[in-house]
Amino acid sequence: MESSVFFGLSTMAYFVAMMTYITYLAFRKQQVGVLATTITIVGFVSQTIALILRWKEFADLSGMGFMRSAPLTNLYESLVFFVWCLIAGYLIIEFKFKNRSFGAFITPIAGLALAFIDLTGVSKEIQPLVPALKSNWLLAHVTMSFIAYAAFSMSFSTGLMYLITTTEKRNELPYIFWTFIFGIFAVIFVAMGIDMVTFKVAVKPDVFVKTYLFKTSFFSISPIVKILSWGLSIAAIFMIWRYGSFLRKVIERFNVTADMLDEITYKSIAIGFPIFTLGGLVFGAIWADQAWGVYWSWDPKETWSLITWFIYAFYLHGRMIRGWRGKKVAIVAVIGFMAVIFTYLGVNLLLSGLHAYGGS
Amino acid sequence: MEQEKNRTFVEKIWDIFSSVRFAVVIFALISTTSIIGTILDQKAEPAKNIQILAKLFGESPAPTLYNIFDKIGFMDMYHSWWFIALLVFFALNLIICSVDRLPRIWRLVKEPLVPVTEDHLKKFPIKQEIAIKGNPDTVKDSVKDALKSARFRFTEIKEERGYQFYAQKGNYSRLGVYITHLSILIILLGAVIGMRFGFKGYLNLPEGDVSHAAFSDMEKELPLGFEIRCDTFEVEFYGESDMPKEYKSWLTIIKDGKEVVRKSIVVNDPLTYEGITFYQSSFGLVPDGLSRGIFIFNVGPAGGQTTTINLRYGDTFQIPGSSVSGKIMNFSPALKMDEHGHASTYANHMDNPAVLIDFFDAGKYKYSGWILKRTPQTWQLPDGPRVEFIDYWGVEFTGLQVRKDPGVWIVYFGCIAMSIGLFIALFLNHRKIWVKLVEEKDNTRVIIGATANKNRTAFERKIDRSIAILNKKQEGEK
Repeated sequence: MESSVFFGLSTMAYFVAMMTYITYLAFRKQQVGVLATTITIVGFVSQTIALILRWKEFADLSGMGFMRSAPLTNLYESLVFFVWCLIAGYLIIEFKFKNRSFGAFITPIAGLALAFIDLTGVSKEIQPLVPALKSNWLLAHVTMSFIAYAAFSMSFSTGLMYLITTTEKRNELPYIFWTFIFGIFAVIFVAMGIDMVTFKVAVKPDVFVKTYLFKTSFFSISPIVKILSWGLSIAAIFMIWRYGSFLRKVIERFNVTADMLDEITYKSIAIGFPIFTLGGLVFGAIWADQAWGVYWSWDPKETWSLITWFIYAFYLHGRMIRGWRGKKVAIVAVIGFMAVIFTYLGVNLLLSGLHAYGGS
Repeated sequence: MEQEKNRTFVEKIWDIFSSVRFAVVIFALISTTSIIGTILDQKAEPAKNIQILAKLFGESPAPTLYNIFDKIGFMDMYHSWWFIALLVFFALNLIICSVDRLPRIWRLVKEPLVPVTEDHLKKFPIKQEIAIKGNPDTVKDSVKDALKSARFRFTEIKEERGYQFYAQKGNYSRLGVYITHLSILIILLGAVIGMRFGFKGYLNLPEGDVSHAAFSDMEKELPLGFEIRCDTFEVEFYGESDMPKEYKSWLTIIKDGKEVVRKSIVVNDPLTYEGITFYQSSFGLVPDGLSRGIFIFNVGPAGGQTTTINLRYGDTFQIPGSSVSGKIMNFSPALKMDEHGHASTYANHMDNPAVLIDFFDAGKYKYSGWILKRTPQTWQLPDGPRVEFIDYWGVEFTGLQVRKDPGVWIVYFGCIAMSIGLFIALFLNHRKIWVKLVEEKDNTRVIIGATANKNRTAFERKIDRSIAILNKKQEGEK
């Protein structure tokens, strides 16, 4: 069996699961929730099989032995692995806290990552390794980095939910902050959804464009569509700001307490931070020393990892020393994830540097 | 206000440096300047950064902005005086913060527990109270067991109407955060030692050449204290493609005229000798390569044995056991044929080395042909003899990154310390527990008070579980 079959199956399952979780959040029907969990598990199992198969395919192709052939060498593989970690983490939380409302906030991140793969035309092929990636550090450095990224994503979702459930006044800063961030994510989510429907389902363009991302909205060739999408986005963010309290009420129906959200946010970061430090920064430094002859070179990737590290260090200090609880630290957790996204995708797509393996 | 005035200047500075606010400002400054540093290409050609600035701010202000940024030092900002100053402030903040808080934390670590009153117990963040049948003397043992199974080493005292047990564990976990802070200082120290006593250079060493020094970015000579020779360099490709699989240099270290080490290096597997490490980093063609290179061919008659011959560009050679001779006419490091059969060179690397040879039979011109190193089919001549293109040695150089860094082990030590420190700081906690047994009519009141500096809920759950076991045991004995 080929890995791509299982990858396709799991991608489909995650998209359906995401829709089901959102439906569950809206209607709170027990059966819908069970269905969502079942579909997620099916997707996860299928993705696990796919990962193992791809690993084996890669090992057979490269002949470098199993440990060195981890399928984590380009943007596609890393995004897939990120989704896998995220779903694994989510399932753990769902079973531990017996609460499915998080699903509607976490599975869309997986959905965005998967849609991103399709829309940007990231190559899904198994590519031969460049010499710098042939190292035993690959497995440790990349897996740990992505486990940390997944933990940070989790803290982002619960941090955002925390802000949603604890803010009421429309003029208070945390409220404006979460509606803005949530609004941007919602807009990106919808825009990518339209892209997906347009390019993958309705019309399959025969001309190959390198990236379809936002081609039906912000980057459309038609200026009317362009202006319209910007206008609608601003309107949408405004509406979210205006009617944000509705979302709070929706979440409150699920017995999600603020303390629980704060605890999950903290625990995700408390787990993600040391893994990120050891796997991302320390192992990264040791590997860089071996491959490039310098353990720290202020390469954009390194610098952005450091910025991310600073933000989460700030979160931990804020929470431990100053005894900050709640809104303030939740905002830091949300900002931290913005830095994670930039460290992961922004650096690869926008900046240049030594660490340019993920550039599609 | 009054108090503020009475503080000396040093104390005021101390207060500033030990404040969390100062740390936040430093964090923020390092982060924001670093962001600019990742957008502008560091140590790059001015034109490149002007282009980046033009993209961001428009064509017209770009050159002016470039000059401003350049003056402040943003074009090599991680080595600018103010960035170094920020790092120094960061280190100072860490030191002073830690020194400022250490005495208080140390007291919490070393402070022995004392027995407490019942009223006091009820004020603890975690508190429980249950009644168990039997007098304190009989209940005592199961309480002791519960404490033991939770791995507490407790103190027991006799009180008026019963007993009191108290214990703490994980008190040293409070120092985890100091290990982490200290580790950052160790890493910075290692970095400074590396910069002060080490060097970073490069060495482009042609095949066959020997060098006693590497070179800095400023073309300054960095003596090695020994000599290094590149015996040969080779690129391995994935199949037929031009995608490199491995860059490999065979190096020999010569100390006092003697060959002491021989090693082949590839990316991710460097060679270290006397604290100096050589990394495979790049490669290329030697500018005057044609005159110094040596062609290595295996030649032989149809079906016969081949012999190895070494030739220079322009040389003529005879194929042993045949009347055929050849003359090397041309060389291309990366040969490409278009559809009309025109040969051209498509890269300045040895991606597809090819040699053009004119062949003669008994002195009479027969034909010419390109022989490609990577395509053995071209080695067989139409009428029988073989010319195997083994190598064109001496025309490539290996690009070595050369580094001496006596601080690197200190940095790694710091990294290990940081990982351990973080683990302790985030996952271990300081737990204290007091258990009081008070005799009542025919049962014993068990009062529990406890604290944990982190993850209180977990401790609470654990206590609840122990109580449940205690209850069950009591019922069993009934």
